[in-house]
Formats: sequence, C-alpha cells, structure tokens
Amino acid sequence: MKAVRYCGAGDIRVEHVPDPQILNPRDAIVKVTATAICGSDLHIYNGYIPTMQTGDILGHEFMGEVVEVGSGNSRLKVGDRVVVPFTIACGRCYFCKEGLWSLCDNSNPNAWMAEKISGYSGSGLFGYSHMYGGYPGGQAEYARVPFADIGPIRVPDSLTDEQVLFLSDIFPTGYMAAENCSIRPGDTIAVWGCGPVGQFAIRSAYLLGAERVIAIDRYPERLALAARGRAETLNYTEVDVLDELRMRTGGQGPDACIDAVGLEAHGTTLDAWYDRIKTSMYLATDRPHVLRQAIGACRKGGTVSIPGVYGGWLDKFPLGAAFAKGLTLKMGQTHMHRYLPSLLARIEHGDIDPSFVITHRVTLDDAPDMYRTFNEKDDKCIKVIIKP
Amino acid sequence: MLQFNFMTTHALRHDMPSSIASTESWLALGSATLLLLYGAMRRSPAGALGAIAATPLLYRGITGRWPGFLAGVMPEDTKTALSGERGVRVHESIRLELPVNDVYRFWRRIENLPRFMSHLESVAENPDGRSHWVAVGPGDYRIEWDAEIFNEVENQTIAWRSLPGSDVVSAGSVNFDAVRSGQSTQVSVNLQYAPPAGRAGDLVARLFGRAPTQIVREDLRRLKQLLEAGEVAHARPADDPR
Repeated sequence: MKAVRYCGAGDIRVEHVPDPQILNPRDAIVKVTATAICGSDLHIYNGYIPTMQTGDILGHEFMGEVVEVGSGNSRLKVGDRVVVPFTIACGRCYFCKEGLWSLCDNSNPNAWMAEKISGYSGSGLFGYSHMYGGYPGGQAEYARVPFADIGPIRVPDSLTDEQVLFLSDIFPTGYMAAENCSIRPGDTIAVWGCGPVGQFAIRSAYLLGAERVIAIDRYPERLALAARGRAETLNYTEVDVLDELRMRTGGQGPDACIDAVGLEAHGTTLDAWYDRIKTSMYLATDRPHVLRQAIGACRKGGTVSIPGVYGGWLDKFPLGAAFAKGLTLKMGQTHMHRYLPSLLARIEHGDIDPSFVITHRVTLDDAPDMYRTFNEKDDKCIKVIIKP
Repeated sequence: MLQFNFMTTHALRHDMPSSIASTESWLALGSATLLLLYGAMRRSPAGALGAIAATPLLYRGITGRWPGFLAGVMPEDTKTALSGERGVRVHESIRLELPVNDVYRFWRRIENLPRFMSHLESVAENPDGRSHWVAVGPGDYRIEWDAEIFNEVENQTIAWRSLPGSDVVSAGSVNFDAVRSGQSTQVSVNLQYAPPAGRAGDLVARLFGRAPTQIVREDLRRLKQLLEAGEVAHARPADDPR
C-alpha cells in the first residue's frame, strides 16, 4: 500500500510499504477513506518530536471502513464505517476505568522510553514517535487499529467523512480544552492560536456556555474564521496582547486562557525571540512564549488550559505568576474515548459542522507538498484532508 | 532475565575471592580518583584535605582491604556487611486492576510464566512439585535448571529456589497484596541470582540495555497487559525491525 512516511526533519515521502496485518485478537484493519494532517504533525515535520525513526508512517487523524477484525473483537464487523481516536486505549486498566483514556497503562509497548522522560508513560498514539509506541499512522491506504473493540466509533451514513473525520482528534481536543476551563455563564475565554484546535476550542467554549471568546492570532484568514465562530479577534502583531486583554475585560483578565499553540509559538516580544534563538542553538526544547503570555493574562484564580503540545523542559516558565494568582493549569493529551459519543451526537443534531475548518483536499501523493504548505501557512492553509 | 535468576545467597558465598566485591573496588577507586582530582584542582587547604581523605579509599580500591589504622572502624568482613548483596538482586512491583485471586492463580500455574517473561522458553511442573525451566540467554545461549517451590501461601506468596546441579543458582519470591479495598492487586517480585557468566555477564547485559531490573519491569508490564487487556501490546510485526 501507499503510505506517508517520515524520512527526517522536513523530509516527508509517499512510499510503498507492506499492508498492515492483524497482530492481536482485539485488532481491526481499516481501509482509510479520509485522513488529515494535524498541526502536531508539523512538530514532527520540524524535528521537534524525539524518537521518530526514518520510515515511520505518519498520521493520527483517520477514518475508514473496517476490512478485517481480530478473533477477540466482537464489537466491530467488516464493512463498519468508523472514526478512529488518535489515542490508543485498552479500556480495562485503572486509567481507562477512570476515564483518563489518553493515560492508558497497557497500550504503549515502548513505555520505558516515556518513563525515562516523564516518570510514567501515557497511552500509545498512532504515528507519533516511538516514545508513544511506534504505531504506524493513518496517512496510508490501510491502518491497523489496536483495541478496536473499544476505540473506533461507528458513524451514520447520513454524515459525510468531512463532517465526522475530526472526531479523530481536533474536535474532541478543542472541546476538552474548553471543558478544562470550567466555564460558567458570563465567562470570557481567551484562545491563543486560531489553527484547527483553536477553532474548535472557540466553538466548544460557546457550546459550553461562554459569554465571550477572544481569539488571538496573526493570520487574517484564521482570525476571520474565528470571527465566523463568533469570536472577538486580536492580532498580536498589531497590539500588546496583555494590555488589550486587560482593557477588554475591564482590568480583570479573561476567566480562562487556552494555549492552542504549543511548543513552536511565534511572537513579537523579547521572550519570543529569546526562545527562537535558544531552540535554534539546541539550548532549549520548546518555545513557550504563548504559555507565558496566557499565564500573565489570566485573571486571578482562573484556569490556563493547554491543548497545545509541549515536549521538554521549559525555560523561563513563570510559575511564580501562576502561584501568585492561584491559577489552575490543565493539560494533557485528549481523553478521546470520553467525548466521542456526545460529540458525534452534537454533529448529528447540527450543533456544529466540523467541516468548516477544511481549506485543502488532496490525495496521498500530494501529502509531502501539503506538509510544506501547511507548515508555511501558504495559500491560507488551515486544515488539510487527504483522501487516499 | 527473570528466568535465569533465583539463587540462594550462601551458594555463592564461598566462591568469592578476597574480602570485597569488584564493584566496591571500582567505587573506592573512582571516589579516590575524584577526590584526588578535586584536591589537585582546588590548590587550597580544603582540596589538600580531600586528597588526604582519598588515600584510604585508594588503598582499599587497589588492595581490597582497608588500611590498618582504619581496621577497627570500617567493616572488613563484607560477608557480614554485604551478604545480601551477592549475585544480582532485583526488586520490582506492579499493580493490576484485578482481584488478587485471579493474579495469584495465573502466576501459580507456572507454565504461564513464559507468556510474559520474554526470555523464558518453557516451564514444566512435575507432579512431585519440582519444575524444569528453560531460558534463552545472551547470544541465544540456552540455560536450563530445576527448581522447587519451597513456600506458598494461597493469594499471598510464592517462593522458589533452584535445585543442585542447575546452570543458574537462584531464588526468588513473589508477593500478592490486595489493595484499594480488594479491587487491585500489587505484585512484588524479589529475585537473587548468579548470572551464568558471573558479574561480567551481568555487566555485558547492562551494556546492552538488558539491565535485569528493566527486564523484570518489562516482564511485569507484559503480565499486566496480558491479564488486564487480554493481550500484549505490539506496534509492529515481529519481523519488522523498526
């Protein structure tokens, strides 16, 4: 089959590889009908994610048709149309039972790698480095899905692939980011980053009852899309973010701040340049400019919610400010399985049509070019979907 | 390496040369060198003191004995001081979200052990309670031994040791503790063994990342996957080297 492979930083190729096979009883094989490039795939593309290996198949947002099921999988059958959550979870360990699906104990065969860095390992992920299990991803014609009796969600034929594909990651991720803000009526939520996750965070914040959402970015097309989702917008290249947020909230600050940017933040302030220089010299792992700003902007006693990915040891992290203001910090990979049924229901009810975020539709062969386009944000690119 | 484990401490006691283990020699030598270097670099009274303090360590590192003037202060007889440290010791534990009886019964059927202990090829229990173990060691070297369970308390503990004539001298125990009001089971493994090629074999194993503690940890992780999730997680087919 054809698959999108990582061959080094900045080097993505489409190559022929062996078809996946059933390895475990609870597995299924899915013929991929739609997949997407995630903003977090760009962290891999740019070489920020350790333990990637040449030849790894990328992609953790995918859906398709079940073509084979393992002997221990009685829930799925051949022909089912499913969306696959990007976190792999067994459903039976302590963490799965607690609803902390992305922290599953039993799905990462390389848990020891993550343990070296974090003490304990999270769940395995599709196509996201060997530290997270080394599972081949879904930017391919076929994909093997472990624990397929618990993860994939069947979707009705009345909904198109484009409407349901983003249940695989970015819709639940934006939703959990908003849910982590413990929104109450009247709340104002500030969202840094109007990429796909930011867009879903904006809309989810309103779904959860926020009164105002203020969206921060610098790309006009992304700010425009945020505005279509009823967000007030703020271009950080034009105004001072902290001053502007203070002004717009009567000197109080937003009730919660969402960092939907993560470790490759851009900025115009001194600390952003400092991060840029340090990471370029391999003296720092992450560029946490947005996180610093979110902590600085948040009102006293508020929440900073972090769906953006961080990878290492952060430099100049203002924990003192977080402490002084009694902030709550919430973060982590999305507990996907927790959200799939309710968010599918929201799509069915017409509360939201996730396809609004798509700007580019391509085939597998175009994937390497699209990584470049998406990374450079050329051609007003916000979200790329691939139909193999 | 959980497999060629399990040894009784006294079995090796008489084989050991001199009064100290080689690790301790190296530690002493290493500490002495550091102190001497520190002393030389500081060029100060404190540095000189450090260098002087290093002398007994250096002496011990080279000769294996503490200098005479320290004889009464430092433990000369490591048989006493380190008797528990002979061979290789491993202690690991893991928690499973299953009642203690399920975990105990699975482990007590020792034919099950190769299903999660990666280097174990087979275990066969004879009607007389003795068992025959086959493991594949470094370089696909096969190691076999006979063992017996010498202590067992249902749902609490199993302890075993190798029998005379074995390739590996070993002893071990596993304890099962019901925790979280009986919802979960904490499994604790204690092992002692003399690796086939002695300490050198262990050193080689460590160099190749096969530190025994890590191997036992991975074995226990597989046990947990097998019993909780019903299968051991694999990302790729066995013939895919990546």
